[in-house]
Amino acid sequence: MKRFLLRRLVLALVTLFMLSLLVFFATHLLPGNVGQKILGNFADRDAVKQLNHELGTDRPIPTQYASWLSHTLRGDFGQSTSYNVPVSERLRPALGHSAKLAIFAFLLVVPTSIFGGAVAALRRGKLIDRVVTIGGLSAAVIPEFVWAVLFILIFGVKLKWLPVSATAPDGASVITQYRYLLLPALCLVMVLFGYIARITRAGVVEALDADYTRTARLKGLANRAVVRRHVLRNALMPTIAVTATQIGYLIGGLVAVETIFNYQGFGLLLLQSVRQRDFPMLQSAVLITGVIFVLTTLAADLLYTLLNPRIRQAVLK
Amino acid sequence: MTIVDPLVTAAEVRARAAEEVRLQRRERIGLVLRKPSFMIGLLITAFWTACALFGSAIAPRDPAAQDLIGKLKNPTWKHWFGTDNLGRDVLSRVIVGARLILFVAFGATVVAAIVGTVIGLVAGYFKGMVDEVLMRIADVFMAIPTIVLALLITATVSSKSMLIVMFIIALVFTPIIARTVRASVLGEAELDYVSAARLRTEKTPHILFKEVLPNILPSLLVEFTVRLGYAIFAIATLSFLGAGSGPDSPDWGTQVATHYPFLNGLNWSATVFPALAIASLAIGVNLMQDALTEAFER
Repeated sequence: MKRFLLRRLVLALVTLFMLSLLVFFATHLLPGNVGQKILGNFADRDAVKQLNHELGTDRPIPTQYASWLSHTLRGDFGQSTSYNVPVSERLRPALGHSAKLAIFAFLLVVPTSIFGGAVAALRRGKLIDRVVTIGGLSAAVIPEFVWAVLFILIFGVKLKWLPVSATAPDGASVITQYRYLLLPALCLVMVLFGYIARITRAGVVEALDADYTRTARLKGLANRAVVRRHVLRNALMPTIAVTATQIGYLIGGLVAVETIFNYQGFGLLLLQSVRQRDFPMLQSAVLITGVIFVLTTLAADLLYTLLNPRIRQAVLK
Repeated sequence: MTIVDPLVTAAEVRARAAEEVRLQRRERIGLVLRKPSFMIGLLITAFWTACALFGSAIAPRDPAAQDLIGKLKNPTWKHWFGTDNLGRDVLSRVIVGARLILFVAFGATVVAAIVGTVIGLVAGYFKGMVDEVLMRIADVFMAIPTIVLALLITATVSSKSMLIVMFIIALVFTPIIARTVRASVLGEAELDYVSAARLRTEKTPHILFKEVLPNILPSLLVEFTVRLGYAIFAIATLSFLGAGSGPDSPDWGTQVATHYPFLNGLNWSATVFPALAIASLAIGVNLMQDALTEAFER
């Protein structure tokens, strides 16, 4: 079991290393020159040369990679070419804003989807099951920005219940701030709900059919106790793993949602760095996205191991 | 379990086995076709495919004809879906726009399915180094959301085109499909028919493509529809973010991106109808996928 954990750790490191290669070399895919890309095709040749020298992009590629990696590992993400400030100075607040939105979305989606999935499993084959599984998965395949424009039209423009921008005015109370975040968070919820509910449902169905559940029923335990103590406890473990993997994917959704609701988060920053060809910023943002994914899946695996008594015992032995 | 008569020839055994497989497959296809959700999904997808193929013939008006005086109108009898910011007919543009997204989604998924299947077959059959390297590459591609990776590459390539989007999505999906195929092959390679084929000294390509491939076709089909759904999701989002085609394109995501600032009281139809088109196509493909998964993977 220890070997399994060790292997997971090594694999995570390998993935991170390959990720750094991918991020670095993706921006060096084409035999182009970075200075030219930033300044445009009609830029002065000397200016391009000068910029390339300043950025260090006139050095051999392996040297550039080594220097980029060693700086990045020390937390120095370089200088943003579009804002002329250190990348980290922009990244930090943006990550904070996005984390706020993402956590809010998770606080909404995790309880509702687990409840929905469990109800669907307990009422297997009934109407509510159909609504949760087919409805949930149909909602999940509609891109976030489509939900966003529909929500803006219905709740923002027609009903005037909620604001259509995500950023509350300065000095707004906490409740007001979250009122502004409700529509963007709902767009993320729509996409996440179906997956988590479906995994929960599958887990509950499996646990309901398991021998230990039958035993619990046969020894005369009340239905409520069977469900709470035996079914849910076993069924929720795969849910934890799936929920964690969604955190990484959430960042893809944040790009569109933050753009529509004009929220100064990580996703919007990433899109702006694409549009302005701010490569130091873009590389850092993509790298951070990957690191978040690798760390959350690793954490999910560890958590899964700790929560499962059978595996935990094996580890302790 | 059927008891095999020693006098029956090998050809007969093979014919019987093939017949059995065919019956089983027909039964499963019947199971799929009887599901109402599958039929609804099929109808929606077929409708948009027809629009993609014959769009310019179906469209009631010229999708590029401008009318700056009658711009940004909500639905009227003349323009059922209203007009856009240049006075173009939204209904016609939605119909014609089906071609872009379906072509790119289908193209990317087909390319990824072909390349991914070959890689997955080889990796699953030979295992070892090839397998290990492939899995690590798949890990990396799965660690970054498709949208983010595609944005990174479009920024590098510094030109907008739906073909590049198609290429990127095919690139991202290939290792993922390869991984699915590999998993199925690992299960198959242990089975007797593969050992039998080996003992018959069949050539490896023959074993892979003639013996193993037909048996993993159902899970490949399911994976194909799953990926097609993701491709539609990703392409719509990327074109909304401006990574796909130019602003004049009738592409659905682009139409939403151009018109959502007018939602605030001025005009809703030029945003909502392309958005609903994306939603309906995504749901259609997903309903089919769901029914196929249920019939073939359980």
